[in-house]
Amino acid sequence: MAKPAKVLLNVPAIKADFPILQRKVRDRRLVYLDSAATSQKPKQVIDATSDFYSRYNANVHRAIYELGEEATREYEGAREKIAAFIGAKSPNEIVFTKSTTESLNVVAYGYGLKGKLQAGDEIVGTVMEHHSNHVPWHFVKDHKGAVLKYVDVSDEGTLRMEQYDELLTKRTKIVTVTLCSNVLGTINPVKEIARRAHEVGAVCVVDAAQAAPHMSIDVQDLDADFLAFSGHKMLGPTGIGVLYGKPEALEATEPLLGGGEMIREVHLGRASWNDIPYRFEGGTPNIAGAIGLGVAVDYLTKLGMEAVRAHEMEVTQYALERIGRINGVKTYGPKDVQKKAGVLAFTIENAHPHDVASILDVEGICIRSGHHCAQPLMERFDLPATARASFYVYNDLEDVDALVAGIKRVQEVFA
Amino acid sequence: MSASYDLYQEQILDHYKHPRNKGALPGATLNARDSNPLCGDEVSLHVDVDGSKRVSEVRFEGRGCAISQASASILTTMLKGLPLVEVRALNQDALLKKLGIPLSVVRLKCALLPLHVLRLALGETKAVPT
Repeated sequence: MAKPAKVLLNVPAIKADFPILQRKVRDRRLVYLDSAATSQKPKQVIDATSDFYSRYNANVHRAIYELGEEATREYEGAREKIAAFIGAKSPNEIVFTKSTTESLNVVAYGYGLKGKLQAGDEIVGTVMEHHSNHVPWHFVKDHKGAVLKYVDVSDEGTLRMEQYDELLTKRTKIVTVTLCSNVLGTINPVKEIARRAHEVGAVCVVDAAQAAPHMSIDVQDLDADFLAFSGHKMLGPTGIGVLYGKPEALEATEPLLGGGEMIREVHLGRASWNDIPYRFEGGTPNIAGAIGLGVAVDYLTKLGMEAVRAHEMEVTQYALERIGRINGVKTYGPKDVQKKAGVLAFTIENAHPHDVASILDVEGICIRSGHHCAQPLMERFDLPATARASFYVYNDLEDVDALVAGIKRVQEVFA
Repeated sequence: MSASYDLYQEQILDHYKHPRNKGALPGATLNARDSNPLCGDEVSLHVDVDGSKRVSEVRFEGRGCAISQASASILTTMLKGLPLVEVRALNQDALLKKLGIPLSVVRLKCALLPLHVLRLALGETKAVPT
């Protein structure tokens, strides 16, 4: 069924690294098409986290003994790998958090709410953001009197860039945007948006949750002030996230969590902060998670992010062509894979997305259905819900064929 | 159709594609609406009660998945002509028995939304803010 593949990744070899992809669901091959929600983990990552607990579990930055030194070395080694992965100048620009959501909340709270912003200062977002890049800014509006403004999307699902002309003013202090939409797959021109933000003296906050796993990111080139992403969407463990910040941006950010590790000195009733990035890492961190993420970054780096992106473009192109040919199925977002990551939202006439997901589940195919934590975007397109398939390094054209067969099965049921 | 398609049995698809008692009922005695925030399923129920405290007419409106909408349709067929006291006694087991399909925890919420709306209409529970 599949046309001759010119895929750039050795998918069978990659699949062999993922223990979960060897299992069956209801006696069927597992076809995992929900990596935009969370990716599967290769055995290298699973082994690295288990290895930490088995061999050198100790708290970081405190213990004098050998185990503690090993744990600290590996934890800080992961920070270095992540810095290199996104082109940061120094590992000190990398803050470990628990998720993209926490990273964005650290910025909204520490830079917005508790930081420099004044009542009436403006924050410019977009309607295509994930809830995690909407709601933290609502807090800044509600508790600081900041004004929120939004750039709309075109019917094709790209940002209406011309709206920045009007929305950006001297009052704009924060411009926030997702590098890649988790529904439409749209890859946004963040470099241009950051440049425009800087022209009016604002900082640019980038949600890279859907981008970091799938394409090469260079924070120097983007010139982003803050950039957030999660480990679990990029082959790493859950519960570990990253906040990148330029040193001057991090210095201007108040910590969200007070406690151990984040302090220099504590006296009754007052304390002074530790240096960045430790200032933002109050409490014992997710050490195993950070180490696992470091190994995930090694895995992706070995594949090569250019090859990862090229592979996903190929799979997405094939999916767009095949699904686009089915009558009664509508896809959303850009049709040009140069502008689109491997995220494909679709609806099937007369079948609710939840029913689509239930029927595909019977076929062993995992897709997402619902509003994808992007209700403002769904409202923009007047959709209560969509189905969504998303691709990653372990997916191939056969997985797309399985999806297409599944969609046809749905149409039979609801004919 | 294979056994694994238990969820979409003839009866469910029939009620989804050809809903019974669907539409508005202006001036109905009891009315309520709620949605399932996770799925976006919506159901409104309109129930007319006559002098002998019996359901004389019932309609539903809504949009959502086959399970929630078929369940609403089936519920209305159960309500018609029922004394109010029996409507109040109607429980989840009775509805699920009528549906006759195996439901996962997530899909159970879809199936039970119409019953929740009925309880709202009876004033027995409050809407969850969405």
